Amino acid sequence: MRPEEGTIQSRARAIQAVLGLLTDQPVIICNGFPSREAFKLTDRPTHFYMIGSMGVAAAIGLGVALSKPNKKVVVLDGDGNVLMGMGTLATVGALKPKNFIHVVLDNEVYGSTGNQPTLSRIVRLDQVAKAAGYVHVERVREREDLVYEFKAMLGNDGPSFLLVKVSEQAEDVGRVLHEPAEITRRFMKAIE
Amino acid sequence: MIESDDFVQALQDIGFNFFTGVPDSLLGGIYATLLERRLFTPSVREDEAVAMAAGAYMAGKVPAVLMQNSGLGTSLNTLISLNLIYRQPCLLIVSWRGFEGKDAPEHLVMGQTMTQLLDTVRIPHRALSEQTAADDFRWVAQTFMNARIPLALLIKQGVVKGIQP
Ligand SMILES: Cc1ncc(C[n+]2csc(CCOP(=O)(O)OP(=O)(O)O)c2C)c(N)n1
Ligand SMILES: [Mg+2]
Repeated sequence: MRPEEGTIQSRARAIQAVLGLLTDQPVIICNGFPSREAFKLTDRPTHFYMIGSMGVAAAIGLGVALSKPNKKVVVLDGDGNVLMGMGTLATVGALKPKNFIHVVLDNEVYGSTGNQPTLSRIVRLDQVAKAAGYVHVERVREREDLVYEFKAMLGNDGPSFLLVKVSEQAEDVGRVLHEPAEITRRFMKAIE
Repeated sequence: MIESDDFVQALQDIGFNFFTGVPDSLLGGIYATLLERRLFTPSVREDEAVAMAAGAYMAGKVPAVLMQNSGLGTSLNTLISLNLIYRQPCLLIVSWRGFEGKDAPEHLVMGQTMTQLLDTVRIPHRALSEQTAADDFRWVAQTFMNARIPLALLIKQGVVKGIQP
């Protein structure tokens, strides 16, 4: 089914579907609501929750992926974040780490700051990723499609880019409760 | 003048094994040596490079980032809202463009205010010199291990041999 025709799901439901398919893979989650929702849904030491440095989630994930070639590294990103650090799509596309999966939760807004529109309504980030050299690029809306494509990406060589169209709906979530230095410490230990 | 081969070797001896960043003419020799030794991972922006280095650090590497001092401006938010609060060390190898006001206009403000900027955000820094090189590298190793935050080694013109000496 073409993404435009599918039923839209919330960002939290999409995050839940992705995390449900993971066990001990490193996951880097961008700042704002995506990290807070992921923390509330499933807290694992393999999660690196960002609270600042907007735009560089994929760059952190790339550094992990290049240094741990035997682990699949997952980045949970937002459309506003990707637009801010769009150069990193080129770096990933050029370096082609096989173990890199970039999931973009695209609600077409800066959701965490009050749903101001982003340019992803106009600019097709999946096509940008494709042009930059990601090997597998998919664009989904339905939960079943998300699960199907993400499983395929887990099983195949990347770099992969999964654009998930999601609604603007946000969960009622608090902040991530771990101290930043503690997030680093336990993430390092968990992916050793 | 320090040979770029010796510079890179000194860092490798300390344990640095992940190098990324964006080129500057003053760092041309170091950049070429890193490419030659296949140690360099390319990056398109200094904030990306700093973040990539943070990921590499968490995955067990000892990272260094090359940048022109203008790149400190580009990477400032990542340095302060990622590395500093998450306690992720990284060696910044920063060219000191605009040192003593002798450079192109775009470098003058950063050249003059860079050390104050670093002091303000509490990033330890030190300018490399041939006479104190052994001490400078010891400082790098100790600060990296103990402080667990970014530190900057400042490279003035004529201290490390460039591509055209
Ligand atoms: C450099 C910088 N600019 C602005 C912000 C404020 N901010 C925090 S999250 C966010 C929106 C992120 O949007 P997106 O990546 O699409 O995620 P969403 O919240 O929509 O899920 C913004 C603008 C920030 N944290 N850092
Ligand atoms: Mg968004």
